[in-house]
Order: sequence, then C-alpha cells, then structure tokens
Amino acid sequence: MNKITYILLTACLVIMATNAIQAQEQDLLSMVKDSAKKEYATGAFKSSRVINGQSMEMLGKGVLDVRILHRFGLISDGAKQFFGLDQATMRLGFDYGITDNLSVGVGRSTLNKELDGFLKFRPLRQGIGGGSPVAVVLVTGLTVQTMPWADTARKNYFSSRVAYYYQIIIGRKFSKAFSLQVSPIMVHRNLVAKADQDNNTLALGIGGRLKLSKRTAFVVDYHPILAGREPGTKNPLSMGFDIETGGHVFQLHFSNSIGMNEKAFLTGTTDDFWKGDIRFGFNLSRVFQVAKKKR
Amino acid sequence: MSFLIKKGIISCCFVLMMASLMAQDKYFTKSGSIQFSSKGVIETIEASHRSVTCVLDSKTGDIQFAVLMKGFEFRKAMMQEHFNENYVESDKYPKSEFRGQIVNNSEIDYTKDGSYTAHIKGKLTLHGQTKDVEADGKITVKGGKLLAASKFKILMSDYDIDIPGSVTQNMSDTINISVNCTLELLQQ
Repeated sequence: MNKITYILLTACLVIMATNAIQAQEQDLLSMVKDSAKKEYATGAFKSSRVINGQSMEMLGKGVLDVRILHRFGLISDGAKQFFGLDQATMRLGFDYGITDNLSVGVGRSTLNKELDGFLKFRPLRQGIGGGSPVAVVLVTGLTVQTMPWADTARKNYFSSRVAYYYQIIIGRKFSKAFSLQVSPIMVHRNLVAKADQDNNTLALGIGGRLKLSKRTAFVVDYHPILAGREPGTKNPLSMGFDIETGGHVFQLHFSNSIGMNEKAFLTGTTDDFWKGDIRFGFNLSRVFQVAKKKR
Repeated sequence: MSFLIKKGIISCCFVLMMASLMAQDKYFTKSGSIQFSSKGVIETIEASHRSVTCVLDSKTGDIQFAVLMKGFEFRKAMMQEHFNENYVESDKYPKSEFRGQIVNNSEIDYTKDGSYTAHIKGKLTLHGQTKDVEADGKITVKGGKLLAASKFKILMSDYDIDIPGSVTQNMSDTINISVNCTLELLQQ
C-alpha cells in the first residue's frame, strides 16, 4: 500500500512540476491554429508594364495611373541629334483599376496619330504557401490610327484603321528579387500593305525583372516574332531600370522599338538592337487613388 | 490516521492535477484588430488589420499576439504596396509577434465583470528585429469575455525600417499603435 502511495504521489508531483515548467515558457500562439487566410504574391513588377508589354501586375481598385511615355531617336545619330534626344515620339495614357483584377486603359500616341484602348483581367493570382504557382492575366485591346488616308482615290473604310490584339500573360514571382513572365500575343491588323501578307502577327513576350535594391530594378522585355512578321521588322527588345520614388515609377530604358502600343511595337520595329540601332526612352507612371478602397 | 492523511494528500493531488489539466484559463481571438498611424507633415498614413491572433493565459498573465503583415489594409493601394515591399518587407518577414506578460496580473479578477488596468511588458518582433516594449492597457471582463485594449508607440528606426529622404515629409518615425481584441475562452 505504502509503495503504491509513493508512486502515485511522485507521479502527481511530476505532472504538477511539468505543468509549472510549461507555464514558465509556454507558446500560447501555437494553441490556436493559424487562420488559413489566402495570401497572394504581390509586387512581381513595379509597374503594370514590363517596359513595352503589359506585366502580370494589376492596378489596385480605384487607382488611376497616368502614364507618359517617350521614345527618342537613335543614339547612334550622335551629337548632331543630341544622341537622339532631339526627336521624340510620345504616348499619353490613362489606366484605371475597376477592381483589383480588372483594369481598363486608353492612350494616344504621336506615332501614326494612334489611339489605343485595352481591357486587362486577372482570373488567377499567384498564391503563397499553396494556391496557384503562377498568375494568369488576359489582355485584349484595339488600336485606331487616325492619319489621313494615303490614297484618297480608292474607297477607304474605317475598319482599315483598326487593329486588335489578344494576349495571355503567365507570370511568377520566383523570389523577392526575381520575377519572370511569358506572354504569347497575337496582333490582327484589318489592313496590311500587301495582299499576300498575313494579317495576324504572333509573338512570344518574355519579361523579366531583377530587383537591385528596394526601389530599383533591372528589367528586360523581349518579343520574338513567331509568325506573320511584317517584312523588314525586327524583334523588339528593351532593357532598362525601374526607379521608384514615392508615387512615381520611372522606367528608363534602351530599346530598338519606337511604338508604344502592342500593334505598333510588334509590327513596326524596323531597327536592329544587335546592330546598335538603340534608342533611349522612358515611361513615367504616376498613380492616384481616386476612389476609396474597400475596407 | 496516517492512512487517512495519505488518502487526503492523494486526493488533493488528484484534484490539483485535474484542475490544472482541465483549467479553463486561456482566452483567445483570431479576429482582433490593430490600427496604426504615422503622422507626417503632409499626410497621415493609416492602416488597419482585422485578423489579429491573440492568446491570453489568465493564470500566468502571459499574453501573445501574432499578425500577418500582408493583412494590413491601407486607404491607398500604393501605400499598401510600398508598406509590404519597401518598409516591412513582408515576403522576408511575413509575421510580427508580441510575447509578453501582464505584470499586475494578480490585480485582475477574470471571474468578475469589471474594468482593470493592465501593465504589459514584453518583446515585439517586427521586420526581423526584437525589441522590449512596455504598454498600458485595459482589460474589461464582461459576460465571460475579455475586451483587451491598448495604445502605445514604437519607433520605426528601432526596427531597422528606414524612411528615404524623399518621403520624410509624408510620415514620421513614430508609429502610434492601437490594439483592440475581444477574447473568448479557449476550449482545449
């Protein structure tokens, strides 16, 4: 009997002691399960464009993004043309986030006096710790060039001014610093120069970002043309730096393309980057929160 | 006689053991709220969070908070992006935690409705840095639930969060933090 009592007493004391120790350094937070709230990868790119092409980033709901884009002349023109800075073409654009996953945008380029508009929709976001490994973004847009008709003798149709494009962006933020996306894109021009030419141009967009510091990043935007190449055009290639200063994002870059909408740079890039036909350009993006964000 | 004493001791032990095993002295929430603001010359930056986890042990006075940094919501989408990307680096440091103790826990009667002042001391981990924090708060016991509220200040520079020169007018180094949690009994 005595033995049993001692054993029981010891057991009791041990249990009580362990309780006391637990109380000393207990992890209370581990007692409640983490709420399984979905988390998404954010900030894969600094801006809604890699450089020329759309990026996997969306505007937040109620955000207006005013974009002023410039492409200058060829650097190789030398000091006489101030390394191309004497000539500039520009695009003024307004993008707006209707929801976190749907944006619209309009723009006007001086090149070919062209208007453009697009719809951008993100059906799938990249998740963190589960969820989708990639983000998927769909873009569709149209461009209307408003130059006077070259040949007024023939019958001209308005539809001849119009081109469309369709794009699927599949992108992933691999790490804090590195993001990569591929974006097959097709441009359809209602009117092309020659009858035997293909109205459709297919390209594969490849966009990458490498963050250099918290507020600067190196970006590359490349669009090899896969089919339906406009004769005499080259693959648009741009590389440069994203610099963020408060509400502004400056994208300073070097590229061979002059067009600032999808139709213009995919079917109108005649310079060869590898032969040194490079121009300086910049995108300036300024965002304004114009509508209240959901709370 | 000695047998009775032994029996008594054993019974006592069992009662204590059962009590410690079945004790309902821990309170928790997963939907607490935290607001913070930074008052700059030009504007005030504010954010709120509504999924704060908090656990309180009324027996020991231990109190712990955890919060996912990406859950802070700002009025401007851009601020939220900058907060996560540039300031607290949420990808690298996704969570912030506070582990502390109510120093005057013995003065709080968790079984009786009423309002009590709580002095809290502990360690706050934010942006990978851990610092000692002291705060005064209020614990209100009402119908078996606890309302825990506190306001305190921290300095961003203490947590290795730097403000670039271009935005020093938009925010200040001092962050005012306000915590409000309604804690319920934790059923184990």
